[in-house]
Amino acid sequence: MGVGIKVEKLNAWFGRTQALYDITMEAPANHATAIIGPSGCGKSTFVRCLNRMHETVPEARATGGVKIGELDVYNGTSAVQIRRRIGMVFQKPNPFPTMSIYDNVAAGLKLNGFHDHARLDEIVERSLKLSALWDEVKDTLRKKSGASLSGGQQQRLCIARALAVEPQVLLMDEPCSALDPISTGKIEELIFQLKEKFTIVIVTHNMQQASRVAEFTGFFLLGKLIELDKTEKIFTTPSDKRTEDYITGRFG
Amino acid sequence: MRTRFQQGLDDLRTRLLRMGGLAEQAVDRACQAYIDRDLARCHMVLEGEFQINVAEREIDEVAFDLLALQQPIAVDLRFILAVTKINSDLERVGDQAVNIAERAMDLVELPKADLPVDIPRMAAAVSAMVRRSLESFIEGKAELAQAVLEMDNVVDRMKDEAFITLVKTMNERPEVTRQALDALLVARNLERVADHATNIAEDVIFWVRGADVRHNVSAEPPVHQASTDTR
Repeated sequence: MGVGIKVEKLNAWFGRTQALYDITMEAPANHATAIIGPSGCGKSTFVRCLNRMHETVPEARATGGVKIGELDVYNGTSAVQIRRRIGMVFQKPNPFPTMSIYDNVAAGLKLNGFHDHARLDEIVERSLKLSALWDEVKDTLRKKSGASLSGGQQQRLCIARALAVEPQVLLMDEPCSALDPISTGKIEELIFQLKEKFTIVIVTHNMQQASRVAEFTGFFLLGKLIELDKTEKIFTTPSDKRTEDYITGRFG
Repeated sequence: MRTRFQQGLDDLRTRLLRMGGLAEQAVDRACQAYIDRDLARCHMVLEGEFQINVAEREIDEVAFDLLALQQPIAVDLRFILAVTKINSDLERVGDQAVNIAERAMDLVELPKADLPVDIPRMAAAVSAMVRRSLESFIEGKAELAQAVLEMDNVVDRMKDEAFITLVKTMNERPEVTRQALDALLVARNLERVADHATNIAEDVIFWVRGADVRHNVSAEPPVHQASTDTR
């Protein structure tokens, strides 16, 4: 099951440049929360702070509190532990090109020393089924490389890879921006199903996508969270004029 | 700024205002035709209905295209939804004007009768409601629309009073039954026009504030009055 995310007074910097200012919000368990905002508003930085990927950038740092369920992300927990609990899917599908489809999905587990072949088979199958890719690749699991798949299939493979380590939270940073409408539709359908098992935070530039997949939407502007509310409220009667101006295309 | 989308919204607004002008004119003409027993004006109302019907279809087409092609949200979505509903109400206002004109045409053939009902006063009140509801749309002001809602009760009372006095007249003076019946139907048509003006005002409030005030079900007061700048 997914767990809720609580963020309190999160600030982030790249060197001297502050990218996030006092972000305080919650993303409820087993729901999708969309993060929208113009380029450079800090939405990707925000999700990368949730699993401490932000600190992998030289001179980047973050302060404040992030809790994933009971796990305190910035206090006494290793980055490795955190990333086991939080899967991440990026804008561009990034399967390991030399590995088979099977090995791509199993990679995270194998890296953690998991070598029970029968159990691995089960997990790979379950992950590929969860990511709605199983039927398309079950006959070529070990024959084809991840890179041989179409863009949409590659992205679902990356989702399967993220799910294989049984995370509680799935972060998605513009997962459909490089995909055609059919692949996008499949990923969106998938997000809808995955909410039963995981908590999802999705960064998207596509307002319609946010409205289709997420129960909650947060609007970021210049590193600040301007408004977070139920998605239908944000897209019909937002409370803040800046949100309305952005989503109606009057700036940004 | 989405220029083409903005042009589409401007086009929709202009078309609806033109449609509003036609509907308002139709009601005024029909009432005047009834008051003056003016057959020529009646025909103008009947001929004008065609233009209103054509305008209704065109506005729906423009709105449909904007919804399909531009995927509007927030204030823009509320604006387009409000326009489509106001469009239907204006078309119905045109129908009511035709009904009034038909009563006037019936009346022309009958002897004049002094009836205890003030149709000109009711017509003026209803006409003011239509005009103000359209003004609230032009200005994008919920306060103006709110004032229209309050006027509806006055017109309802006028219609109820007209009903009581005209039924009484029909009982007491059977020779003017047809004239009284025409007056009663005109009062009912005017009351329906007032209902459509009320609907228009409610749609303006929905567009401006995002609040659904229909059927006296009050919504939460908004924290922020969203922008209505669709220009």
